[in-house]
Amino acid sequence: MSATPSLHVDAVTVDFPVYGGDSRSFKNDLLHRSTGGRIGRYAGRGMSVRALEEVTLAFARGDRVALVGANGAGKTTLLRVLAGIYQPTGGTVRRRGRVASLFNISLGIDFDATGYENIGTRGLLLGLTPAEIRERTDEIAAFTELGDYLAMPVHTYSSGMMLRLAFAVCTCIEPEILLMDEWIGVGDAAFVEKAERRLQAFVERAGILVLASHSAALIERVCTTGVLLERGRVRAAGPIDRILRQYAGHAS
Amino acid sequence: MPPALSTCQPAFSDVVQGARAVHLWGALGWQDIRQRYRRSRLGPFWLTISMGVLVAALGVLYAGLFDIEVAVYLPFIAGGFVVWGLISGLITDGCTAFIHAESIVKQVNLPLSVHVYRVVWRTLIVFAHNAVIFVVVALLFSIRPGWAGLLALPGLAVLCVNGVWVGLLLGLVSARYRDIPQIVASFVQVTFFLTPIIWQPELLPDRALVLDFNPFYHFVELVRGPALGRAPELVSWLAAAGVTLGGWLVTLALYCRYRWRIAYWL
Repeated sequence: MSATPSLHVDAVTVDFPVYGGDSRSFKNDLLHRSTGGRIGRYAGRGMSVRALEEVTLAFARGDRVALVGANGAGKTTLLRVLAGIYQPTGGTVRRRGRVASLFNISLGIDFDATGYENIGTRGLLLGLTPAEIRERTDEIAAFTELGDYLAMPVHTYSSGMMLRLAFAVCTCIEPEILLMDEWIGVGDAAFVEKAERRLQAFVERAGILVLASHSAALIERVCTTGVLLERGRVRAAGPIDRILRQYAGHAS
Repeated sequence: MPPALSTCQPAFSDVVQGARAVHLWGALGWQDIRQRYRRSRLGPFWLTISMGVLVAALGVLYAGLFDIEVAVYLPFIAGGFVVWGLISGLITDGCTAFIHAESIVKQVNLPLSVHVYRVVWRTLIVFAHNAVIFVVVALLFSIRPGWAGLLALPGLAVLCVNGVWVGLLLGLVSARYRDIPQIVASFVQVTFFLTPIIWQPELLPDRALVLDFNPFYHFVELVRGPALGRAPELVSWLAAAGVTLGGWLVTLALYCRYRWRIAYWL
């Protein structure tokens, strides 16, 4: 593990190619929307959507960052850039520390496989070694309270049970940089409190947290700083209450 | 984005790191197999059975048509079908290596080559099941490949090494142009008939163009030849080496340049 995780984003621009979409006739219309990115020409052929434009941010150990903004403002794209999934079309990203991205909690769930098998596959996708997975399986199993169900195919689970399983596996890792898209919701009332505690501990273990969310209550509880995105640009960045006020004021 | 040499470094390390993630692609490859056959008692052996029936039926029919002894023809066609299953599987499944992995690609930062190794591994597992057909036929007609038979293993390794570049290349191009998998599928079908799988090379009076310039013939021979007890000709090794080298060079050049676009294309 590196001593100090850090994330630097320098003048990052992301252009998405749009293929097959004959959006020319809608061009003017789209350019004047209030949500979404900018639409323009891509490399001289076809259309492109500018999802991020000249985004510059720096995160250091201890940062609890909320990404806020309207739909299509670029939150998910920025998270993917931070994770290294999208290499930006312009600008640079420097990343130090083990990164974990939790965008979709049920990624890689095989409904025909048993709970235990799914713990294994999901663990591998999260970057754990088989030995680490074996080590943690008991703890994960205990947390889910699924008991013998873990030896049954996941398609026999209720959606709540499946969520418990996915949640327990996802939160068993120790990333230095944690990237999350929306909060992981866990339905079952009896389970919520327990899950919340685990989630809190999980998030606190991470050196850096970047969370994209629409829930002001949640953001206030977890994050200390905020970044307000608007049509792919950073409109404001700073203490979370100021950013939330600005976002609320802007939205109304 | 100008593709400078410096952009090749991440592409190379992608290919190497991907290969190292053997636990991951090993597990995902098995998961693919299990998922396909989860609730069937025979599992992947269904494939074996259907190919076995085909081989037996065609073997007897064409042995009559070509006027070749069944004891000679059946092992030939069995070997050919099994090896062709591997080659065509590597090519057609390679096309969808990235497309089918979209949800993973967009959520976890993994070496992209992992998805290609997964396909190669999965195809190899299917091949291992199909190989049973050849073994049964060989036992039935007491074919003893002897020491030459061992040469099938390096042949198999060559096929897999080529399967990786084919998957990287076709997977990349297919992610961008979604009609490539269909084009490739019909190409593979035509190639099947042009390659001596059903017909024996000796039937062709002038073998130059159709055989010597058909790389698929040489690849099939690298495995089928030894399995039937004869070492592949030098020309087959040379042709395979040429294709391997050329294929990897072209693939790496394109992979360096366009690998980072794959996530955008999906």
